Amino acid sequence: MAYSDQVMDHYQNPRNVGKFDDNDDQIGTGMVGAPACGDVMRLQIKVNDDGIIEDAKFKTYGCGSAIASSSLLTEWVKGRSIDDAAQIKNTEIAEELALPPVKIHCSVLAEDAIKAAVEDYRKKLNDVD
Amino acid sequence: MKAPVYFDYAATTPVDPRVAQKMSECLMTEGNFGNPASRSHKFGWDAEEAVELARTQVADLLNCDPREVVWTSGATESDNLAIKGIALFYKGKGKHIVTSKIEHKAVLDTCRHLEREGFEVTYLEPGSDGLIRPEAVKAALREDTTLVSIMHVNNEIGVVNDIAAIGEVCRAAKVFYHVDAAQSAGKIPIDLAELKVDLMSLSGHKMYGPKGVGVLYVRRKPRVRLEAQMHGGGHERGMRSGTLATHQLVGMGEACRIAQEEMASEGSRTLALRERLWHGLNDMEEVYVNGDLNAHVPGIINISFNYVEGESLIMSLPEIAVSSGSACTSASLEPSYVLRALGMNDELAHSSLRFSVGRFTTEEDVDAAIAQVRTAVEKLRELSPLWDMYKDGIDLDSIEWAAH
Repeated sequence: MAYSDQVMDHYQNPRNVGKFDDNDDQIGTGMVGAPACGDVMRLQIKVNDDGIIEDAKFKTYGCGSAIASSSLLTEWVKGRSIDDAAQIKNTEIAEELALPPVKIHCSVLAEDAIKAAVEDYRKKLNDVD
Repeated sequence: MKAPVYFDYAATTPVDPRVAQKMSECLMTEGNFGNPASRSHKFGWDAEEAVELARTQVADLLNCDPREVVWTSGATESDNLAIKGIALFYKGKGKHIVTSKIEHKAVLDTCRHLEREGFEVTYLEPGSDGLIRPEAVKAALREDTTLVSIMHVNNEIGVVNDIAAIGEVCRAAKVFYHVDAAQSAGKIPIDLAELKVDLMSLSGHKMYGPKGVGVLYVRRKPRVRLEAQMHGGGHERGMRSGTLATHQLVGMGEACRIAQEEMASEGSRTLALRERLWHGLNDMEEVYVNGDLNAHVPGIINISFNYVEGESLIMSLPEIAVSSGSACTSASLEPSYVLRALGMNDELAHSSLRFSVGRFTTEEDVDAAIAQVRTAVEKLRELSPLWDMYKDGIDLDSIEWAAH
């Protein structure tokens, strides 16, 4: 199977690989997928007091398309408000990366990851208040 | 782009130049192009002679009678003919078949088809070493069992079953024994004068012969009868009709001749290459070999790189050609059914690659592969949240994953 240039680019030069401290209140973490299914994504966002995502990091176990989906996602969420970021749709990711039908689930996972990260951040925020 | 180095000899092999030469002599006007079934002229006689020589070359490799060699289009057809042929011919005697969960799809799918036709099939589980025990076969036999089909060498992990012992079990119970030997023929010794094997499937393109040709060995004593699956001119003693493809059969015959002549030297050379590969990788953390290396064909090794997903690993290795699982199943996103049958967890099964070396692999090829695999695995582990968790001492089984 041939990969699109966009997938190859993100796969070969993944953006924003890394890890933030889970315990930091500014950080929201979304971990989705399962090793048994062959994909696990961990997406972390760093949110400022205005609710804007200042930074994002990811690590992904999975195929090239899963890695590319999460790498792209970290680029897209930076500078957006958490409300805005939670609106990102898997179809936008699939379109940008030109994912074939068998790889659409990778973009779905990425959408789940940002939603989970935002939810985690909100939960932390409520706990603090 | 430079062609990648080939590490997928278990999927198929290139045709040996000596084989290609013989084949090319059977195609054109000045060559041996006749129909082997033409009885009335020299073209037919010459073609028949070439086909019969090839049949003898196959028989020599297996130490059987040339009259026990039936030409087919490949091991898939041989498996179909053996299993359906026996099941249908002897259905009055019983409708139960014994096979294993790690057979090739050509066997498994044929058995599934027969189940839909009212047959019963028992699928034996291998041990975690990948081997099918003769005792397990014995325990599965019933009054109405007519056929056992257990492969010689598994295509994904390379383990070698004890077909001699399984054959004894079957013969004692008067049950026919079919062996898919696509991965073993020409690689390790097979002596059908000694083995209690009644049917054996071979493939041309796994032994440096052409694609599109195979053999089904059908024992004469004790006699094995089959219901033909291809009807027509009654070729191959009625078991498989269709004009014999002289060039293909000549190619397979020559491939068998070469394989027999070079088996000892090639066997030790490919074994040394496989060991070199494994020794170049086995000092890495969380790297495992699948299947018992003490009962192994020389050229195949299946390795799991824990916390790295197989497809992305292959994507990181554009300069070497390897496979994750077998080529027939790797189009699906499911982990290998063979590795799962060994009792391996799904994540390790997702993290495995099959390397297979062969006649044209060199030490330099192996060394280059080792370097590339090490780099790719390290890079992907840096990207892997599972590797982070492993390094932090978190037990992945303790986490409730949301399966999707």
